[in-house]
Amino acid sequence: MEPILTKYVKQPGGASLDFYMKVGGYEGLRKSLGMTPDQVVDVVKQSGLRGRGGAGFPTGMKWQFVDKKSPKPKYICCNADESEPGTFKDHVLMERNPHLLFEGCLIACHAIGAKVAYIYIRGEFYHVQQVLERELAKARAAGLVGKNIMGTGFDCDIFVHRGAGAYEAGEETALIESLEGKKAQPRLKPPFPAVAGLYDCPTAVNNVETLCNVPFIITEGAEAFAKLGPEKNGGPKLYCISGHVKNPGVYETSMHTTLRELIYDPKFGGGIRGGHQLKCVIPGGSSVPVLLPEQLDIPASFDGVASAGSMLGSAGLIVMDETTCMVWAAQNLLYFYKHESCGKCTPCREGGDWLHKLLMKIERGDGEMRDLDLLLSVANNIAGKTLCAFGDAAATPVLTTIKTFRAEYEAHIREGRCTLPASWRASHPVLAAH
Amino acid sequence: MSFHPLMEYGAGHHQSARVLPEEGPAFQFTAANLAKLEEICTRYPAERRKSAIIAALYLAQGQQGYITLSAMRAVAAAIRCSTAEVEDIVYFYTMFYTRPMGKHIVMVCRTLSCALAGAERVTETLSKELGLRPGETDANREFSLLEVECLGACDRAPVVGVNDDWHECQQPEAAKALIDGLRAAGAGSLTGCHLKVAGE
Ligand SMILES: Cc1cc2nc3c(=O)[nH]c(=O)nc-3n(C[C@H](O)[C@H](O)[C@H](O)COP(=O)(O)O)c2cc1C
Ligand code: SF4
Ligand code: FES
Repeated sequence: MEPILTKYVKQPGGASLDFYMKVGGYEGLRKSLGMTPDQVVDVVKQSGLRGRGGAGFPTGMKWQFVDKKSPKPKYICCNADESEPGTFKDHVLMERNPHLLFEGCLIACHAIGAKVAYIYIRGEFYHVQQVLERELAKARAAGLVGKNIMGTGFDCDIFVHRGAGAYEAGEETALIESLEGKKAQPRLKPPFPAVAGLYDCPTAVNNVETLCNVPFIITEGAEAFAKLGPEKNGGPKLYCISGHVKNPGVYETSMHTTLRELIYDPKFGGGIRGGHQLKCVIPGGSSVPVLLPEQLDIPASFDGVASAGSMLGSAGLIVMDETTCMVWAAQNLLYFYKHESCGKCTPCREGGDWLHKLLMKIERGDGEMRDLDLLLSVANNIAGKTLCAFGDAAATPVLTTIKTFRAEYEAHIREGRCTLPASWRASHPVLAAH
Repeated sequence: MSFHPLMEYGAGHHQSARVLPEEGPAFQFTAANLAKLEEICTRYPAERRKSAIIAALYLAQGQQGYITLSAMRAVAAAIRCSTAEVEDIVYFYTMFYTRPMGKHIVMVCRTLSCALAGAERVTETLSKELGLRPGETDANREFSLLEVECLGACDRAPVVGVNDDWHECQQPEAAKALIDGLRAAGAGSLTGCHLKVAGE
């Protein structure tokens, strides 16, 4: 498939407004402003566009739920928090195609009747924020953002809002709390953001890549978008491939592409580096179950990956070769989850720490066989028992690695050490202080 | 004590670790920073100044290098909220520092993709080179060494952040070169984190 969202990312000057205008930029906005908001929502619904932030929820439906009759202002919040381990696609879109995002934000605002879109960007993306601010100023000067856009009477502003280091700020209600100047802790739902979101006003929270798909849908039509991929998995998709592959990077293709192609095809990951063998892959950022080499002949679509018992999530493929110790990998991820838990609910706040402590105990060589059941018990008492999906995400690395690689855990416990070379931490107990 | 019958849990763990912030030198925003903050506040509805609290803390940190109780009071006054609300933000988000940091804050990403590429050894070699454990700052405040979570550039692992700049594909063996480069040329010695585009 010809890239659509990333077609010009390697073009010198490709991020500038001049270049964007030369290749038909803001035509989707122009066209959408000639349509009623309901028509825009309908086209997006017909296209079948599903959210690219993790859950794959239909975007048109999300916009339709926004309470348009409410007398309050409406808001678009663009989720540019991109903190899921193994995910770096929004980074590329914002750095190399910022106007596509602005155009998507403006169309979304028109569709739900919003006058402001906030782009919530993670604090660490300072260099990306500089690009956004610079290009936003140009779009504003060109009358594409602000008052009376393109002379149509449509007023809409876009502001970049910088976070300050919190994975949980990516959860949509936590993002809203953070935007309001509070700790990034999720809200109890309902009410959903569509009814009471930012400043208690009707709000739609959309991922960067999701919004970047909207201009194409408007200019080329719902059908052209849908037929790019399998049924219900239409449009172009960005995949982030990292770990033990020859060519890590961001690749745009259709969701017909299989996981095996993404990992092995020279156009994409290019296979496993250094003559090693594939051990397993986490297909959707760190929060989803691992898949084994024999499970890869499935389309890397929302439904394809779900049928194999995992999730497409943020489409971040973390590829691991046979030298990777699964106890170590689980331990690495649980450190992340214990560190990033927002602390609002007990199972996640306490349980993540317990899981990490137990994994460290096994890593150190002090593990006992009963620790495996304890790990499963604690993980199962987190999953499904928390306020937000972070709890399930934190339990997953433990549940999935024990399920798939139990023998490796047992060997670890029996031998009192890692039997694989990659577990550097296990062989350096002094630095394993965490 | 433990909530789980089988879980032996370290004694004292549930004691609050609350530490009161340091008063620090008297802090006042510069006029330029106050003006900048007012501009940022216009991005939000007038009664929602609190949305600018993170921005205000960045300005304070930019001015003084770290956040003290005195700075928190100045932020609270500018945002028109309580000092406790400011404190909440400072301690929740990882990018605010409550003690003086080194001129170069070296942050090694330790999450899975970077770890698969050897991030733990990057930390180890930097730690040896600088004589610092993660979390520490040297006596003459030249360097701080930190471990951070996924920075969103995992294809260029291991990633090391230095203040607001990034350095890609940091090999453990090159730790000394990274430190020497920072000493000699500051951020100019880093690769940055940008898609390499020929001719740009
Ligand atoms: C713990 C957690 C972290 C999340 N982090 C992100 C993130 O960094 N970026 C993102 O777009 N969505 C993230 N999400 C998903 C959002 O909650 C939300 O579903 C998404 O922004 C909706 O946009 P979409 O419909 O366009 O996908 C996260 C969810 C959870 C539970
Ligand atoms: S599950 Fe974890 S991250 Fe989510 S609200 Fe509860 S404590 Fe916070
Ligand atoms: S794991 Fe280091 S940047 Fe993502």
